[in-house]
Amino acid sequence: MSSRARDIAALALRRLVFSIPVLCAVAVGVFLLGAASPFDPIHQYYGVQIFNASASEIAQAREALGLNDSLVVQFGRWAGGLLSGDLGVSRSFRQPVAEVVSERLPWTLLLVIVGLVLAVLIALVLGVLAAWRQGGWLDRCVTALGHALEGIPPFVLALVAIAVFSLSLGWFPVAGLTDAGAEATFGQVTSHLALPALVLAVSQTPWLVLHVRQSLLTSLAEDHVTGARARGLAEHVVVLRHALPTALLPFVTLIGARVPELVTGAVLVEEVFSWPGVASAVVRAALAVDFPLLVVLSLLATAAVLIGSLLADVAAAVLDPRVGVDG
Amino acid sequence: MVLADGYEPETLNPLLGFGEEGASKLFDGLVEHRADRSVRAALAAEVPQPSPDGTTWTVKLRPGVKFHDGTTFGSEDVVATYRAVLDPAFASTVRSNYSMVTAVDSDGPTTVRFTLAYPYAPFVHRMVLGIVPSESVAQPGPLERSPLNAKPVGTGPYKLTEWRRGDRMVMEANDDYFLGAPKVRKLTVVFAIDDNTRAQRMRAGEFDGTALPPLAANGMTDVKGAQVIKHSSADYRTVVMPMNNPVTGDRAMRLALNYAMNRGGMIQALLGGKGQPASTPIPQALPEFVEPTAQFRYDKEEAARLLEQAGWVLGADGVRARGPQRASFSLMYPAGDSVRKDLAQAFASDAKAVGVEVKLEGLGWEAIEPRMGADALVLGGGNPFDPDLKSYPLLHSSFAANGFNNPGSYRNAQVDAALDAGRKETDPAQRVAYYRQFQRAYAADPAMVFLVFLDHTYVVRDGWTGYQEVVDPHTHGLTWGPWWNVQSWVPKG
Repeated sequence: MSSRARDIAALALRRLVFSIPVLCAVAVGVFLLGAASPFDPIHQYYGVQIFNASASEIAQAREALGLNDSLVVQFGRWAGGLLSGDLGVSRSFRQPVAEVVSERLPWTLLLVIVGLVLAVLIALVLGVLAAWRQGGWLDRCVTALGHALEGIPPFVLALVAIAVFSLSLGWFPVAGLTDAGAEATFGQVTSHLALPALVLAVSQTPWLVLHVRQSLLTSLAEDHVTGARARGLAEHVVVLRHALPTALLPFVTLIGARVPELVTGAVLVEEVFSWPGVASAVVRAALAVDFPLLVVLSLLATAAVLIGSLLADVAAAVLDPRVGVDG
Repeated sequence: MVLADGYEPETLNPLLGFGEEGASKLFDGLVEHRADRSVRAALAAEVPQPSPDGTTWTVKLRPGVKFHDGTTFGSEDVVATYRAVLDPAFASTVRSNYSMVTAVDSDGPTTVRFTLAYPYAPFVHRMVLGIVPSESVAQPGPLERSPLNAKPVGTGPYKLTEWRRGDRMVMEANDDYFLGAPKVRKLTVVFAIDDNTRAQRMRAGEFDGTALPPLAANGMTDVKGAQVIKHSSADYRTVVMPMNNPVTGDRAMRLALNYAMNRGGMIQALLGGKGQPASTPIPQALPEFVEPTAQFRYDKEEAARLLEQAGWVLGADGVRARGPQRASFSLMYPAGDSVRKDLAQAFASDAKAVGVEVKLEGLGWEAIEPRMGADALVLGGGNPFDPDLKSYPLLHSSFAANGFNNPGSYRNAQVDAALDAGRKETDPAQRVAYYRQFQRAYAADPAMVFLVFLDHTYVVRDGWTGYQEVVDPHTHGLTWGPWWNVQSWVPKG
């Protein structure tokens, strides 16, 4: 193993070790927020039966559920379960948390990965074309639209997309994973995935496309590109082979930095499109102060952000030997 | 058959309240209700009868019944189910329905004996509780961990094959069902919370039926091959008048407000005509129990007269006052429930017309609960099977300020006596007399202002026979509604 590879491995290891206290802090933070919230988990447990229950039965149920124990005891019980592999039971889904996550995570990963890939493709194509013909009509459109979209939250975009493409034009289904009663076949899921993934992609694209355009413009002005042009190389070779690679490096880092936004975007998009993923479960868990589920989902989101930035840094270090790995 | 529902059950566990009033499709009780509200034997071999003193009920069980997982149903399952309900360690949410049960014992493999603390005539209506396999409740512990919540194992006409949360539930016919395999072989329930979305998708032909609010259902009458169905219900909406509030605690004020309400107007304007006026918790669905003299007419003059008589004098600002006390109180309603919000606004405007100021507050249940003893509240509920089941916890003094039961702490010795006599009496004619007496005592000193019984409205596509009209309990959707007896429906053609 070269010393460079060893350094990168050390970076990854160091980051992973640092992530442990971060995750612990998130768990404690979510737990304290849940305890401080005015919502009473016993209401969630009872549902509409709360209206018939007597006060003494509710008190006994509290006791049986351990809701009367002190915060420290409740947290200790949860953390102990976590260490022995038991994530606890979700009160809003009445199902083990592990089951909720394993049923829903694949759908979220599908949505997020397709959305991210689409966003990157759109950003690369539009960003390169805009920078190539700087000041042209496409460049002006992309820049203006990009800045405008930066200010529009994903849920607005999602609602507008439903109004236009589903309700008015009828091109895509409104919501859900499949049509009512249909099996989750490839065709069904693809047609239902198209619009939410596109919305998620478009909501993330502005930052990426503007960034690609800007860094390509910078690298087009650099000496090695001027040199390539002077050698009489074809324009597409100059742009795609000489300018683009140097412009892409910071782009990789940017994608890593966009992961938190992607997570937030996924929550909003899944909620609007009734997509049965973990992100829409976040909303339900939060409304119900379903601590066991909420904390696991928060940890998942935190882990996604940490891993995203780690992968971006590792990729940058691998691609560019000049990048330092002591961070 | 594909149905759409606006409410998704949180759990399919009968011990956590799924199918509390029967008709759960997946589970059977010892008895089940028929369209005329009477009970017939389900897992019991015959309709159970109480001992002469009314405190012991012996139930013979139907032989040869199997659970969905192939195990045989027997008395141990009944005993285990009821004991789990009663054991605080399980934290069952339906325990309060069975507070009169002191013991459940097996008397051989096909007989179960219930021992009650006191004679309780309507107990047979509580035997609709779905029976679960004894193995599933062998381990005491809060039921939130129970596998039955998501993977129910019952004896019912349908078995669950798939439940994608937030999306849909698929059930298939249970060929071993003891009353014969259902002809409707596959039942899919799609969950779509938004009423307009459901209406659109119903119109587009995606569903074979759905529940819609009255106004939306009225707009579906032109859909070809489908009809709009209306079910009466025992589902009341009432305004609780707490006794500990200086304004609502006054008997004359409560009586006057009962006269001041234009219930017919509310039903026309807010419910599209789909509802019945309510004066007491006894619904028109229990016609033999309804006391005609206990109904409040709309009479603003009478309301004003009652208030004047009690010393509530109209002030310069149009609001009455008695001494330093202004006739003004807060009315809370659960924010997000549009029907209750509309009714609260109508209540406030009708009260204003007789000089009583009502300040509206839309809140979450967490905020409402600690204030129920002092501020008025729009409450809903109802059960069409027996007057005791709802009236007793709602109005008996022993339930005063006990959870959400009798939240206004109403205490009336005559009401208590009639309710106590009614639940212990076994002679049907005598029971009717007690419940009419209860309503007269209540109407002379009302605890609340009952407004309406809601009708439930549905859109049902043609293509099956077997529909039977029924009176809905408070709950509807997957369990009750037009599809309450879907296991005996037959596809046409």
